[in-house]
Amino acid sequence: MKQSRNLWMALAAVVILMMPALALAAPVTVNWWHAHGGALGEKVNAICDGFNKSQNQYQVVPSYKGNYSDTMNAGIAAFRAKNPPHILQVFEVGTATMMAAKGAIKPVYQVMKESGLPFNPGAYLPTVTGYYTTLDGKMLSMPFNSSTPVLYYNKDIFKKAGLDPEKPPTTWPALAEIAKKLVAAGVCQAGFSSAWNGWIHIENLSAWHNVPIGTKANGFGGLDASYTFNGPVQVRHIQQLADWQKDKVFVYGGRTNAGNAKFSSGEVAMYTESSAGYAGFKKTCQFDFGTAMLPYWPEVKGAPQNTIIGGASLWVLQGHKAADYKGVAAFFNYLSKPEVMADWHQATGYLPITLAAYELTKKQGFYEKNPGTETSLKQMTLHKPTENSKGLRFGDHAKTRDIMDNEFEAIFAGKKTAKQGLDDAVKAGNELLRKFQKANK
Amino acid sequence: MEKRVVFRNNVLPYLLVAPQVIITLVFFIWPASQALWWSFLREDAFGTKSAFVWFENFADLFASAEYLNSFRVTLIFSSAVAGVGFSVALLLAVMADRALRSATVYKTLIIWPYAVAPVVAGVLWFFLFNPTVGMVAFFIKKAGVNWNHTLNGTQAMTLVIIAAAWREISYNFLFFLAGLQAIPHAFIEAAAIDGAGPWKRFWTIVFPLLSPTMFFLIVVNIVYAFFDTFGVIHAITRGGPNYATNILVYKVFNDGFINLDLGGSAAQSVILMIVVITLTVVQFRFIERKVNY
Repeated sequence: MKQSRNLWMALAAVVILMMPALALAAPVTVNWWHAHGGALGEKVNAICDGFNKSQNQYQVVPSYKGNYSDTMNAGIAAFRAKNPPHILQVFEVGTATMMAAKGAIKPVYQVMKESGLPFNPGAYLPTVTGYYTTLDGKMLSMPFNSSTPVLYYNKDIFKKAGLDPEKPPTTWPALAEIAKKLVAAGVCQAGFSSAWNGWIHIENLSAWHNVPIGTKANGFGGLDASYTFNGPVQVRHIQQLADWQKDKVFVYGGRTNAGNAKFSSGEVAMYTESSAGYAGFKKTCQFDFGTAMLPYWPEVKGAPQNTIIGGASLWVLQGHKAADYKGVAAFFNYLSKPEVMADWHQATGYLPITLAAYELTKKQGFYEKNPGTETSLKQMTLHKPTENSKGLRFGDHAKTRDIMDNEFEAIFAGKKTAKQGLDDAVKAGNELLRKFQKANK
Repeated sequence: MEKRVVFRNNVLPYLLVAPQVIITLVFFIWPASQALWWSFLREDAFGTKSAFVWFENFADLFASAEYLNSFRVTLIFSSAVAGVGFSVALLLAVMADRALRSATVYKTLIIWPYAVAPVVAGVLWFFLFNPTVGMVAFFIKKAGVNWNHTLNGTQAMTLVIIAAAWREISYNFLFFLAGLQAIPHAFIEAAAIDGAGPWKRFWTIVFPLLSPTMFFLIVVNIVYAFFDTFGVIHAITRGGPNYATNILVYKVFNDGFINLDLGGSAAQSVILMIVVITLTVVQFRFIERKVNY
């Protein structure tokens, strides 16, 4: 009896002694805080599952933290409490804020270099990585979900008015003409409307026409950059939108993408919205619709150039062990695999981040089966990006978008001219930039 | 003979007030002092760089036309929300007090909206009045009004006032009804026998006897309109169009949590705190004198 008890105790001792060893063999946890709820969140979980099953050294744990602002705030609060996640998803306008927080982030090029894993920045779509790269080509964050605005149009309405549904307008004057015909024919209440006005009708308009929205290469050159989006091209375009309200060519759809219902209900025949809105329209529209590249002003030299992205990228935060960062690097490598990226692209409407994923999607015949899904890519890769079409990097740019929205409302309500409104927006935006510059000296 | 109760134990009274004191310290004094401290700092979002800038954040605020506009907007919004919530609730309560049939059903239904969270209420009203798909907007347009609260500031303001007051009506109703039912019927019957009509009875008997309830509700309603309404604004207008509904508390939320300007946002909340404390003190010192308990 006594002997057997000793035996049990010895066994217990062995088990206890082995526990640390077992713990060491357990995979390293990598926390990823993201902003994708619903169906997109399930896709994110599936990607993590795929990675976790592909190897046994690391375990990526995704956590949904709310919308972009909520997620960024959660990351900031966690960093301040000295318990940050490894990977934080941050929207594109938060890029300057993240970059300026040097003690808080670990640039992706550094993470990849230290890990010793193969990493080729040239494999990524330049218009996507450009947004998240320093002027000398160092990648700061990992692009994940990127989209770009395109023109959606209602083919059924075009047909009803006797127009060719396969011939969407390519220029703004052509769009206005079509809009007037449609309204005159009584097939819709107004010609077109738009989501995300600041992003589409200032930022992308500028890149698309190869004009700057700010000095210092759109802010890439340093914190002392200023906004200049009150130039002739932008003023002309916005004033035109305001004037078009009278002829029902244009109708204001509200902030964010609140105006989407105007398109899906058939109130307007054309609509500018993110390429990532495709899946939503597929679900809500009871009619046949197509996509086209954003229209441009033919008299502006250099147009069309290429559009820029919106969406978010993955930032790596400081404050973890070297082994953890290896796990992050391994995960990023997995994310960049053509089959993983192609799957994400096809399921969500976000852009594929790598050229290989784009090629793979083409080869699989996805674009033939889903007409309209390639427009965004063609538009992004139309020309080699210039200083004006690489993206933008301004501190507190989320707030500047808010300022733009408010000024648009004043302009579209007829309280201000486009010139006055954009001058005021630039002035208010520049005050923010100076404040940001002082805070990040 | 000594009638007062005397605590012989020196520790017990402190122990008894301790929970309240601790709660006040943890949930009010500590965060408020943090806000006060942050209002003097200029920091990047992650707190990696921090500088003490004295009153610069405050100076920036008062130099900003947007901020001064927020004061004007808040004044209109808060007084309208409190006014509408107050008068409609009083009317409904007086009616409910006189109702004889299915009074319980009626009361219960009126109380329901209070169970709806402000953001949800905001979304409900947003959809009802949405210029494209809204039911109410549809009828307003039929009536010949060009309803578009995404561009028309006055319409946007009207909408957020309705959405914010709607919920408050239920809350006020509950208190008014309780207040009305506490008034002895003998008073009213006596007045009726003396020949006073319903209108006279209301203003000379009911109204003065309701004054404690009213005073309480004024304080609560103003605090509600100042602090608890950012969910409604966020769901319906986001402060727009062109700052027409950018009330102070929404600007605090927007600048702090969306725009990550912590110093500026903290300075705004300090100012807001001062405004509300002042208002409450004024109410207690001057209005309370007119209250009959």
